[in-house]
Amino acid sequence: MTSLIGQSENIGYSFSEPTSANVKQHSFYPYTDNGGSTLGITGSDFAILAGDTRSTSGYNINSRMVPKVFKIGGDDETGDGAQILLSVVGFAADGNALKEKLDTVVKMYKYQHGKPMSVSACAQRLSTILYEKRFFPYYVHAILAGLDEEGVGALYSYDPVGSYEREQCRAAGAASSLIMPFLDNQVNFKNQYVPGSGEGHALEPVKAEPLPKETVKALVRDAFTSAVERHIEVGDGLQLMIITREGIEEIYHPLKKD
Amino acid sequence: MPGFDFSNYNRNAALHARGVPLPKATSTGTTIVGCIYDKGVVIAADTRATSGPIVADKNCEKLHYIAPKIWCAGAGTAADTEFTTALISSNVELHSLSTGRDPRVITCMTMLKQHLFRYQGHIGAYLVVAGVDPTGTGLYTVHAHGSTDKLPYVTMGSGSLAAMSVFESTWQPDLDRQGAIDICAEAIKAGIFNDLGSGSNVDVCVIEKDQPTQLLRNYMKPNDRPQKERNYRFQRGTTAYLDQRVISKEDMKKYVTIETLSGDDNLAAGDNMEVDS
Repeated sequence: MTSLIGQSENIGYSFSEPTSANVKQHSFYPYTDNGGSTLGITGSDFAILAGDTRSTSGYNINSRMVPKVFKIGGDDETGDGAQILLSVVGFAADGNALKEKLDTVVKMYKYQHGKPMSVSACAQRLSTILYEKRFFPYYVHAILAGLDEEGVGALYSYDPVGSYEREQCRAAGAASSLIMPFLDNQVNFKNQYVPGSGEGHALEPVKAEPLPKETVKALVRDAFTSAVERHIEVGDGLQLMIITREGIEEIYHPLKKD
Repeated sequence: MPGFDFSNYNRNAALHARGVPLPKATSTGTTIVGCIYDKGVVIAADTRATSGPIVADKNCEKLHYIAPKIWCAGAGTAADTEFTTALISSNVELHSLSTGRDPRVITCMTMLKQHLFRYQGHIGAYLVVAGVDPTGTGLYTVHAHGSTDKLPYVTMGSGSLAAMSVFESTWQPDLDRQGAIDICAEAIKAGIFNDLGSGSNVDVCVIEKDQPTQLLRNYMKPNDRPQKERNYRFQRGTTAYLDQRVISKEDMKKYVTIETLSGDDNLAAGDNMEVDS
């Protein structure tokens, strides 16, 4: 502590720290990481979005049942009528705020234009929403899914500030680095070659083609049961949403709780 | 030279100051517990080892041997618990040989705390020490900085709060052998399911007077992996390669001696590695 005597212009109050001494800095960090993972895969006439239902902070489990996949633009209670899916992973509060905002935007579009918003339009709008907060971002990795104008499965993945891309498959969140290489190999057949098709560089790669729905569902479940084995923040439950021309099917599946 | 080698200290401090991150040690996030009963003492542990948020080992052993009737459960930095218990185990045996008496739990606990205090918490070993000796039953906790506790039931590690809630709600002073095993296993399970640093299986060790010590490895397995839905075997020839060379056994014999063992795979391989099916 510095003495107050002799500091004529700096009148010392008992509750104020003298500025010349070690200044104690208080800070507020507005973000937390709630863990978990999400994953999306498309097919020729469907798209699947999945996420685990665990919410964590540090070594604690906040809840074993917090969904990360949402229907966008449907009925408030039931989600009926929705034709777009959104998954968000990272900071759950920002995820919810983002979902609410996009849901409102999609509904307003329908009221104003008298037709549902296309997935490509919604994808561009989501990018804008994220970039609006370029210097105080939504701390989330978002994945958007639906069917495009031809009825083919569409999947868009985003970084926290709105950079996006249409893809065949994408894993996001805590275990994304564990799941994504598996997807590269099993969905896009990366590093797989046709046996006996040639020698050395002439070897022919296995060609990727859209997978049937049941295969994709099995891959998603295997991806998550494997992620649960090796990542402590993934577990409790698996939420699967499958969008087809018939509508959206939602499936819950238990995962290990340790 | 005995003790630790500090010759890289200055180099590593300089590297760290320039932004090179420190290496990440495997930590046994861990729930460990201990509980005494009328004729002895039970200690138990989970089997998950972590490195940050990644599970490094799904079925590791956290119950360490000190002496036939003194065992130790370890939490904290995996290497520190492993080497500290091994060192004290050696010294306890030498001490027992020189005195001609059975080792005592309090001796072991004192050696551990003096060793750990000397290193001012830099040896990250958090231990539960338990055993029976000529003076009776002993159960202690030892913290990395050297403080100790002597209690009828103890918990340590990141799951200690979850485990202690089980003891504080269901422990009674007149437990029998099975009762002590049950409450310890239940406490570990509380850690496994409610603490992300703990997981997989329950290991139990029962130490009783005039009875051989029982290490009940994987006493409970409440987290078996569900069957995978798809088969991930690749067709032979799927992986690309630029060159291949086949070296026959006859060619190898030019450089090394080869002895063929019997056709029994288990005989030749020794302990089989644990592999997911």
